Amino acid sequence: MPAIFQLACKNLGRVLPPPEPRTLLAEVNFELERGEVLAVVGPSGSGKSTMLRLLNRLDEPSSGTVWLNGTDTHTLVPREVRRRMGMVMQRAYLFPGTVGENIAFGPKQHGRTISPDEIEAQLAYVGLTGYASRDALTLSGGEAQRVAITRALANDPEVLLLDEPTSALDEAARLGVEALLESLIRERHLTCVWVTHSIEQARTMADKVLALKSGRVNAYGPAAEVLRA
Amino acid sequence: MLSHFFHSQFALGVAECLVAALLALAVMLLARKRAPGLLKELPIAEIRGVAQIVAVGAILAFMLRGPQWTSLLVLTGMMLAAASIVRNRAKQIPRAFLLALTSICVGAGVVLAIMIVFGVIPLKITMLVPVGSMVIANTMNTQSLFLDRLRGEVTSHVGEIESALALGANPDAALLPYLNAAFRACLIPSVDNIRSLGIVWIPGIMAGMVLSGASPLFAALYQFVVLTTIFSASALACFVSSHLVTRRIFTAQEQLVLR
Repeated sequence: MPAIFQLACKNLGRVLPPPEPRTLLAEVNFELERGEVLAVVGPSGSGKSTMLRLLNRLDEPSSGTVWLNGTDTHTLVPREVRRRMGMVMQRAYLFPGTVGENIAFGPKQHGRTISPDEIEAQLAYVGLTGYASRDALTLSGGEAQRVAITRALANDPEVLLLDEPTSALDEAARLGVEALLESLIRERHLTCVWVTHSIEQARTMADKVLALKSGRVNAYGPAAEVLRA
Repeated sequence: MLSHFFHSQFALGVAECLVAALLALAVMLLARKRAPGLLKELPIAEIRGVAQIVAVGAILAFMLRGPQWTSLLVLTGMMLAAASIVRNRAKQIPRAFLLALTSICVGAGVVLAIMIVFGVIPLKITMLVPVGSMVIANTMNTQSLFLDRLRGEVTSHVGEIESALALGANPDAALLPYLNAAFRACLIPSVDNIRSLGIVWIPGIMAGMVLSGASPLFAALYQFVVLTTIFSASALACFVSSHLVTRRIFTAQEQLVLR
């Protein structure tokens, strides 16, 4: 596998073990260069979230290989893989404590201290100036998701995994968070796997599109080609 | 009143049991609409309870004539039974029997051993078995509370725990707030027992000691000893359990299995 790809996977799949064996995902292949965005689309239950969980090993793949910057992720400890692949989930799931403590959580896990000035600068970037000392559990849905994005980026991940990060937000908050993600991805040249229900979002943001149906790849290729079909 | 009709101690005991059991049934009959199922369960529970405790009484009567080490066999049997009961309460936690057995053996075993070494609990069957059983039974209850509360905390915070893992936390760090919450919650009853000692309740062992002729002051102090021993054993068992449980609810690849 050429090291040029920031993220790639071959034959990635997951089958639930007995007593209820079921294929959740099978034979997923894709390659992403640095700064590319892959939109993963498909109906509910098609395996989109499963795919993200396999990429950062929140679940264990039954088959296939994932390469992160040319390294087989199975040769790395899971927490190293997760640190290098930031993930934002459908809900923010902030921890009890201040916003600043939430942002410092990831770096602290691998012995890095993040300064209050750095936290403030990151919060200012996502439009939350002065929020560092706020109680994280009192934020609105949109604010909380902005903190969750900042928290994931505080680890300086090589890849960002987005699992429908705006699906639980109201319309106004959704537009705000989507605009933020779009500017973050473009300005920081982030490599990103973005699970979305919105074809429009995929058309705007993605370089490549992977369409899933019943746990299998229905289509994969450059966004313009896949979305035209 | 009963003593007028029953002259042997055994017959009197059976009659007293009947009165207590019928009173409990009468209360449940009065409140039958609140929990109809409980009214059916109660007679079976009463028969089972009296059979078990009479069996223990018979074993104790037999052991009193035997060597001291037999009390260790009884306590070991109690720990096995306690672990089995905890396992039934914590079925969703993989390998819960071994977890509970290790925790109860370390918690109750170490604390009882220390108390025996210091001579606080005499190495006599008549003391070791009743006090040991109280310590083991309460440690079992605390273990059940701990594991049940932890299961509840984990299953209602799956998103937070997986978010912590996704940020590169190890399972211990991801689980820490929920382990702490469960540890604190399961020890509250034991602390409250010590706090309310003498004011809200005068436990059975003190009443028993006074009835058998011990000085009320010594009986009172000994009651404190028993309750704090129970607390120490419960807390130690839960501490051990809190260290062993992480490996059971995460895989070797640090993935959450309890959900």
